[in-house]
Amino acid sequence: MSSLEFRIWRGEAGEGGFVSYRVEVNDGEVVLDLVHRLQATQAPDLAVRWNCKAGKCGSCSAEVNGRPRLLCMTRMSTLPPDRPVVLTPLRAFPSIRDLVTDVGFNYAKAREVPSFVPPPGLAPGEYRMAQQDVARSQEFRKCIECFLCQDTCHAVRDHEENKGAFAGPRFLMRLAELDMHPLDAAPDRKRDAQEVHGLGYCNITKCCTEVCPEHIRITDNALIPLKERVADRKYDPLVWLGSKIGRRPKD
Amino acid sequence: MEQYDVVVVGAGGAGLRAAIEAREQGARVAVVCKSLFGKAHTVMAEGGIAASMGNVNSGDNWQVHFRDTMRGGKFLNHPRMAELHAKEAPERVWELETWGALFDRTADGRISQRNFGGHEYPRLAHVGDRTGLELIRTLQQKVVALQQADHRETGDHEWGLKVFQEYTVTRILKEHGAADGGRVAGVFGYARESGEFFAIAAPAVVLATGGIGKSFKVTSNSWEYTGDGHALALLAGARLLNMEFIQFHPTGMVWPPSVKGILVTESVRGDGGVLRNSEGRRFMFDHVPDVFRAQYAQTEAEADRWYTDPDHNRRPPELLPRDEVARAINAEVKAGRGTEHGGVHLDVSSRLPAEEIVRRLPSMHHQFLELADVDITREPMEVGPTCHYVMGGVEVDPDTAASPAVPGLYAAGEVAGGMHGANRLGGNSLSDLLVFGRRAGLHAARYAAALTERPQPAAEQLDAARAEAVAPFGEGTEHPYALHQELQQTMNDLVGIIRRAGEMKQAQDRLAVLRRRAEQVGVEGHRQFNPGWHLALDLRNMLLVSECVAKAALLRRESRGGHTREDWPAMDRDWRRSNLVCALVDGGIEVRRQPLPPLRADLMALFDRTELAKYFTPEELADEQS
Repeated sequence: MSSLEFRIWRGEAGEGGFVSYRVEVNDGEVVLDLVHRLQATQAPDLAVRWNCKAGKCGSCSAEVNGRPRLLCMTRMSTLPPDRPVVLTPLRAFPSIRDLVTDVGFNYAKAREVPSFVPPPGLAPGEYRMAQQDVARSQEFRKCIECFLCQDTCHAVRDHEENKGAFAGPRFLMRLAELDMHPLDAAPDRKRDAQEVHGLGYCNITKCCTEVCPEHIRITDNALIPLKERVADRKYDPLVWLGSKIGRRPKD
Repeated sequence: MEQYDVVVVGAGGAGLRAAIEAREQGARVAVVCKSLFGKAHTVMAEGGIAASMGNVNSGDNWQVHFRDTMRGGKFLNHPRMAELHAKEAPERVWELETWGALFDRTADGRISQRNFGGHEYPRLAHVGDRTGLELIRTLQQKVVALQQADHRETGDHEWGLKVFQEYTVTRILKEHGAADGGRVAGVFGYARESGEFFAIAAPAVVLATGGIGKSFKVTSNSWEYTGDGHALALLAGARLLNMEFIQFHPTGMVWPPSVKGILVTESVRGDGGVLRNSEGRRFMFDHVPDVFRAQYAQTEAEADRWYTDPDHNRRPPELLPRDEVARAINAEVKAGRGTEHGGVHLDVSSRLPAEEIVRRLPSMHHQFLELADVDITREPMEVGPTCHYVMGGVEVDPDTAASPAVPGLYAAGEVAGGMHGANRLGGNSLSDLLVFGRRAGLHAARYAAALTERPQPAAEQLDAARAEAVAPFGEGTEHPYALHQELQQTMNDLVGIIRRAGEMKQAQDRLAVLRRRAEQVGVEGHRQFNPGWHLALDLRNMLLVSECVAKAALLRRESRGGHTREDWPAMDRDWRRSNLVCALVDGGIEVRRQPLPPLRADLMALFDRTELAKYFTPEELADEQS
């Protein structure tokens, strides 16, 4: 057992500052264990979101030494032993209190993505899909909605003004997921991705992929293919001609 | 006060399924949940959803599923609930596909199904080992789809279905002051973010709050599992049954200490993983109880053949129901054959190729690598029992999910009792919450629509609820975290996996002291997002529920499923005929015996007579024949 300094941003609605605590650290612990120890001993009203403490629910997102992380999946042994641990709330979202932010932006964006459209003529139980065809969308459905990708994406992080037009990596990935769903019957996902959800704001710097605790290859497997599909649709003269004369399906 | 037709408390699988159904019936619905929308404990479910679709083995059907469920529950299940569950589960799974769920597939493109403990055939629809996440996300996205439809009609996403996220309900409101009598009239609680109080008027309330695991020290459950719905029901005058039955999942992580209790999915065993003690012995062969001996392999060779040829070999004993496996692990560790950190070895590394393990068990691979530095494709895991699920819950009518004691009150999912009897089979919780979540939403909506005049919340109840909620900011000096830790230690040590009369009496004494001390709880700071205050309020619920568990466990003088007594080690056929029912009377928990509904003749005919004789008294079977 040893002890370590934690510097935690405490405050409300963006007003506040760092408070230092010294806290015991035991073998095998994660940052969230230390936050809980502080609540139980020194700071009972320290606000933090958490639920499962097993990296499955995506609630305890915050920034550890400036990097977006899940507190429950950040092992103390991976942090420098000789420096204070700095905990701050997610920077891209409005502060509520201490480590808790208002992530309502993400729920608003979720509502803007049109839902799955069931294929006409297939009753429940009649769906047939090959494993290799569902595997691509399944990768994106591993998303635990921790919103670390939304927090780190510079199109949002450094540009508050983009929030209206840009869905962020999580919800562009949701569009890719639906677009790659073998039975989704919605017509215009690709056009929507570009024209409604701001796919063009993404310039594939892969920051989202780097912070994803589920190791989803957001950029390579969702965003780039979606961009390629949009480009195909927009610029392929045959597709264009086909859609104009109604001989080919719009997809 | 905001008005809705139906309030659903809880946004896990049962709550969301109830909300979807109620909305589709035309009701205006409020969902109130303690966490963010989409974070509910259901995401932790790993293995799958049990439904006899027969995609992998066409021999499966609802009757076989019913039989397995009753066996798993040691015939203490409410038979009508088990019947409805087995019959309706396939439709509930197929419906999820029409909402966008993407399950793993069979070679011919149907929903794949995997083996699980206690299930005769491969029955669990799954997505790797993250099935709960898929379920929650699908339901969440269906809720959004309904909101989008409302938005098209009214211009308001939340017109017909609103999620109050990070809101906690502390009281169910009724039309009269008295706890008994009187209909449900709404709910009262606080918003975590602002600390402000809220009240919603509604004639129907669906409890879908999950379980009680946070009363125990070693648990797979998240902080939300503080028995809120169980306690709200008691306080509103409803009854709880089967509270002595707690499932200790056999395989939780045991090291490092900070993750002790986190679940290791049963799929590890379903997909071939084996349990070994420190001597390297596959000890489950030594722990097959008589009632199951005919259905389980006697040798390692036969057990290993079963994975490829299940029709001609019997199942490996690692796939016994969870209570049996948990007790066996407990016994091995107690006999000195445990691992370094007090568990046993669960090994899949010597059983499957590494890439297959990563494909089938991705989140287990991830969890052990990141939290314990263990690569499960190369070395065994260390595992031990962890408090996982409460079979007990609110007494409900099987068909409508309504409380018979409180008009307008419904319960579904883990907070409801009866479905799983003395022990739940893996995979049956996700199907339970879909089947009965839908039924609760349906009947709550119908009840609300049929009312000609609506009950109004009694003013004195609102005042009392407010006073109760601010009390921790008074003069109290007891620390909520300290009280919680003492409660967890008490339940873990004295009402845990193996129980003894003396210890349970001691537990009751300690709980009485803790309840008095909890009245003096005090918290710092103010009401805005204050976890100390939240815990102080949750303590009331955990203490009430723990008292039910301890009292019922002491009264039931037998061992059955999730209730194991060292002083009454045998199953007693007379006790099978009784549920223990808890009610709140003058501020204290009263427990009484109530007869279990009989097993209908056509359902009884699904079982072999010699098997029934192990569970039923000769008189019961004689009655049946006459």
